[in-house]
Amino acid sequence: MAEMRMRDALREALREELRRDPTVFLMGEDIGAYGGSYSVTKGLLEEFGPERVRDTPIAESGIIGAGIGAALGGLRPMVELMTINFSLLALDQIVNTAAKLHYMTNGQMHVPMVIRMASGGGSQLAATHSHSLEGLYAHFPGLKVVCPSNPADAKGLLKRAFRDDNTVVFIEHTANYGFKGEVPDDPDFLVEFGQANVLREGSDVTIVGYSGSVHQAMRAAAMLEEQDEISAEVVDLRTLRPLDMDTVVRSVKKTNRAVIVEDAWKFGGFGGELSAQIMERAFDWLDAPVARVCSKDVPMPYNRDLEFAALPSEEDIVEAVLAMF
Amino acid sequence: MTAARPRRPRSRETLPDYLLSEQQLEDMYYYMLLSRRLSERMMALQRQGRAAFVIAGAGQEAAQVGAAMALKKGTDYLAPYYRDLGMNLVYGMDAREAMLNLLGKRDDPNSFGRQMPSHWGNAARRVVTQSSVVATQLLHAAGIGLAAKLSNDPIVVLTCCGEGSTSRGDFHEALNFASIHRLPVIFYIQNNGFAITERTEKEMAVENVADRARAYNMQSAVVDGMDCVAVYQTVRPAVDQARRGGGPFLIEAKCYRLWPHSSDDDDTRYRPRKELEEWAKKDPLVLFRARVETDGIFPREDLDEIEARVEEEVRDAVQWALMQPDPAPEDALGYVYKEL
Repeated sequence: MAEMRMRDALREALREELRRDPTVFLMGEDIGAYGGSYSVTKGLLEEFGPERVRDTPIAESGIIGAGIGAALGGLRPMVELMTINFSLLALDQIVNTAAKLHYMTNGQMHVPMVIRMASGGGSQLAATHSHSLEGLYAHFPGLKVVCPSNPADAKGLLKRAFRDDNTVVFIEHTANYGFKGEVPDDPDFLVEFGQANVLREGSDVTIVGYSGSVHQAMRAAAMLEEQDEISAEVVDLRTLRPLDMDTVVRSVKKTNRAVIVEDAWKFGGFGGELSAQIMERAFDWLDAPVARVCSKDVPMPYNRDLEFAALPSEEDIVEAVLAMF
Repeated sequence: MTAARPRRPRSRETLPDYLLSEQQLEDMYYYMLLSRRLSERMMALQRQGRAAFVIAGAGQEAAQVGAAMALKKGTDYLAPYYRDLGMNLVYGMDAREAMLNLLGKRDDPNSFGRQMPSHWGNAARRVVTQSSVVATQLLHAAGIGLAAKLSNDPIVVLTCCGEGSTSRGDFHEALNFASIHRLPVIFYIQNNGFAITERTEKEMAVENVADRARAYNMQSAVVDGMDCVAVYQTVRPAVDQARRGGGPFLIEAKCYRLWPHSSDDDDTRYRPRKELEEWAKKDPLVLFRARVETDGIFPREDLDEIEARVEEEVRDAVQWALMQPDPAPEDALGYVYKEL
């Protein structure tokens, strides 16, 4: 175990996978000499050389399309896109080819590729950098969607992604890069997909989140305990596809209340899917309607105060919980 | 099958004017003809309500067959586009498989009824299926080329699209990527004069697609795509050069789409009859037959025999394929994720 930030844990995962599997290579904008926009790939060019840590032109569709081809040619590419907003330029390649090739060829071909991208607000990067589109990717069958909240999960999930034969969309919240935590140094440490993590046990309400929102949920749970003597259970989904609803439903059946927290928009969002599945599977156990705490229905503004006004806060979560009692 | 008739065995010696052997020339004619006759029957099946959708390459057979024959079949990758029936036939698809694909039958080896017809994909033959979003496969070809280069595997990837697709960003991103990394990729553009209904001058301000290669410091060539021999003679050296590490190459085959865009299109709304009649005189099948006949490569009867053989194969394929089972409803499920 060593304490490290999430960006360092991600780098460790990449380093270990590059050492373990000669077919793994990295490709993306500024990932080589510069070390990545969020310093995740820093030092890897020096260690593994330009063939395996490859800088690419600014061409998102091109990077993903070439990654698909490299995967078809027998390699395991890790492709980095600077932000989830920019990934929209590659959405066609991701959705129409990477996610569908296995199905369309009746299992003849598959695309084992890891696509990493940064998401989330809070860094004053405004409307075309900072959105949370995890739910968009989770919508498409054929993709796996991973959203770690802490360094240990980031490492274990990223290493697990390289062992998957499908395209894995690996989404990192920018606010989490600097988050510190204990990380196992065992090179065989993996976190399995589709296993939600109960970060905090509680008995009165279940707060479900993923990625950045998990930390707000934890802070809200602490506030609820201190101020209102409400015991909140916090569930970190870790992966949206596959989705571990069993853990969520088990928790809700225990607490009888559910609040879903995400940085994304509420309308048509992933929280709606969670809410519907809780209703389908635990309706009789619910003492209150499922609540969703999401960002405001606006593009992300730039000014710091405006940005915080647009994003959900721990106070919003506390308020949503209190309204259930 | 037609009655066996004793005939002179084909030589495999290279004929100097052709840079091809008699056997290769016979194969060329056979594949071009098979492509055309299959497409004609496919269109008829669509008109009879037995096939949902047909998209064909009539007029482009020479461009397709000549280029595919320049590759190492089964070793070099093919990332074709939806008109490339001729290429797929060279790569091992037979008439029955082509019909299974058209009809979306259970045993279609391309996709077992899951993908649209003419979006061929066959892992064993190294044919990569395309999305209907045009030019996306050019990037996949670049990626396969990158994998080959990183693995020191001396293969070549040939990828195709029409000239209309060269307006898409993926075309430019693929050329740029392949050129920066000097990948063994042949970008093979079949300029058939139409992007569905639009003429070339509305698609691009340059005269040739090949001119676009210059912007990426990529070698390029223009070839008469109605002449199968010329196509082979142009593509083959580019393939050999790419295999030796010479980098990517763009080849533009100038051809002409003799048919409407697809079974859903009415080309009389945008194409004068007279223009079509003029181009029909340059039909690649007619040109090829005239040339080998004039040069005395084969006796006329041998060419007639190939025609009869192809007719019979197509007739058999249609009858057989129509009787093959459709997928069962539960076959819609599965293969969404590859299991570990």
